[in-house]
Amino acid sequence: MDFVNFLIQLLNSVQYGLLLFMLAAGLTLIFGIMGVVNLAHGSFYMLGAYLAWSLAAKTGSLTLAILLGTLLSMAFGLLLERLLFRHFYHRDHLDQVLLTFGLIYVFEELRSILWGDDVHGLPVPELLAASIPLTENLSYPVYRLFMSGVCLVLALGLYLLISKTRLGMKIRAGAFNRDMTESLGINIRLIHAVVFSLGIGLAAIAGMIAAPVSSVYPNMGSQVLIMCFVVVVIGGIGSVRGALIAALLVGLVDTFGKVLLPQASGMLVYVLMAAVLLYKPEGLFKQ
Amino acid sequence: MSTPQTHLETLPRSIHLLMAMGFLALAAFPFVGSEFYTAMVVRMMILAIFAMSLDLLQGVSGLVSLGHAAYFGLAGYVLAFITPQNEPISLYTSLPLAVGGAALAALVIGFLVVRTHGIYFIMVTMAFAQMVFFIFFDNKALGGSDGLFLNFRPDAGAIDLENKQVFYYFTLACLLAVYVFLRRLLWSPFGRALSGIRVNEHRMRALGFNTFSHKLAAFTLAGALAGLAGYLWAAQTGFVNPELMGFHMSAHAIMMVILGGMGNFAGAIVGAFSFEYLLHLFKDLPDVGAFKTGKHWQMWMGLFIVALVIFAPKGILGMLTRAFGGPTDRQESGHD
Repeated sequence: MDFVNFLIQLLNSVQYGLLLFMLAAGLTLIFGIMGVVNLAHGSFYMLGAYLAWSLAAKTGSLTLAILLGTLLSMAFGLLLERLLFRHFYHRDHLDQVLLTFGLIYVFEELRSILWGDDVHGLPVPELLAASIPLTENLSYPVYRLFMSGVCLVLALGLYLLISKTRLGMKIRAGAFNRDMTESLGINIRLIHAVVFSLGIGLAAIAGMIAAPVSSVYPNMGSQVLIMCFVVVVIGGIGSVRGALIAALLVGLVDTFGKVLLPQASGMLVYVLMAAVLLYKPEGLFKQ
Repeated sequence: MSTPQTHLETLPRSIHLLMAMGFLALAAFPFVGSEFYTAMVVRMMILAIFAMSLDLLQGVSGLVSLGHAAYFGLAGYVLAFITPQNEPISLYTSLPLAVGGAALAALVIGFLVVRTHGIYFIMVTMAFAQMVFFIFFDNKALGGSDGLFLNFRPDAGAIDLENKQVFYYFTLACLLAVYVFLRRLLWSPFGRALSGIRVNEHRMRALGFNTFSHKLAAFTLAGALAGLAGYLWAAQTGFVNPELMGFHMSAHAIMMVILGGMGNFAGAIVGAFSFEYLLHLFKDLPDVGAFKTGKHWQMWMGLFIVALVIFAPKGILGMLTRAFGGPTDRQESGHD
């Protein structure tokens, strides 16, 4: 593998890793703070992609579609939190698994009823449709760099939100000791609702910006969900920093595995997970 | 952490009576049921064995595995591989190989997963099952996404398994044997130790139990029994594909155990039958105008599951017991 190829694969793996991080961050936050296993997290990725596709067709602009779609999905997250998830924070993990598995089915069919079962392509916005030439016949699409950029900005925003703002302080306090936080007069229910909706929003944004690259298809959430589980397990549940590092690691192993060891590529990520489990059963950055 | 739910370990007499009546009904069914429904009941019985094997982990030991289908599918694949193109293979060699293969996979994966707890256990079992799924899904040599066909059912000497009725009673005998075995296991020192691990693992360790090897043994045994079910499934349908080890299959097994009521094996049987019947009902719903109600069966199943977990988390047996005034929820204490 020469340098240019290596560079392309490296950029691809970082882009994939950052995309996984967007999903895993929400998953790990929702678990770390509310103690909820959300199997339906992948469905929000799918919902995001379909929202981007249908809104872009209606408004004619992907940017507008992404903004609208983010608002819609976060509002949907708030609604779900209020109606269902709030009542499951103290329930057994098994009940949460069942609830969210049931929701996967419901969301999948809602998608089928609303948007049908076809695969759709979504064109890359004209502004970002160019490619950067690297050699005579190799180039790198600008849109993929844009994806990585958006993810990086959001990851930075998430970091600042959690570690530097007053809201972030309350979130951390709530994760650390719920009862104590509540008795200090902080509205923990509101914090939970905000965190849940934030997690859903991140998953939906990931789906929306990935849509032009991955296209939009039924069941697109389940594959990505399992990868996110692997990321969360490797990084340590509840740790956003762990999720970032694990996501980049998974991105690297998956992308380079496909190039260097194509016959075993599907397995490599799981081998990585097994190795981490042997070494640290609670993940690399368990809080 | 995992609050123990109701575990009707001691079944009230009314439930025993119902189970016995159910068994008689199953024994009589091939004489009254049509061929279609008889085949469906065979599938239900096989899934009941599968659900019971999961109940050993989920209900008895408190280990919620979201990847149990891997061992079910693996044993089916073993049978598909070792069955020659133009003659059947002996039951007495193929069954031990298939069950042994599933048990071995469960031992290796179990070695890695039983050291994790709670939510990690759920995620990790699911991830490893997915790995097994992709090994078969991605490799053309292993059947790929299309799966493999079996031309013959195993040859059991005097017992002619190609005969549909004989296969029905063979499956019924397996179901009964597994149920009796697991009920006895539940009350053996090993079973009591597993229950103890579910309620309070720290205390069991303080009492001198090696909880790691107990959990690993349970995981391996559950894998082997799931393998028995997978073997029967492959023999019954004559076909295996990666879906058998997929995420949905694993989740359905959890659903069956919950639906019936977990921790006592009888519930797993009731759950498997009810779940499969519901699936059949939902897929067969008549169209309402232009809306294909049956095509969207996942919607009804999803809503049903959500309703179940909200309104009846203790399952059918839990409701029946309450209705018959049996022993009420036994409070299990012992948090860390």
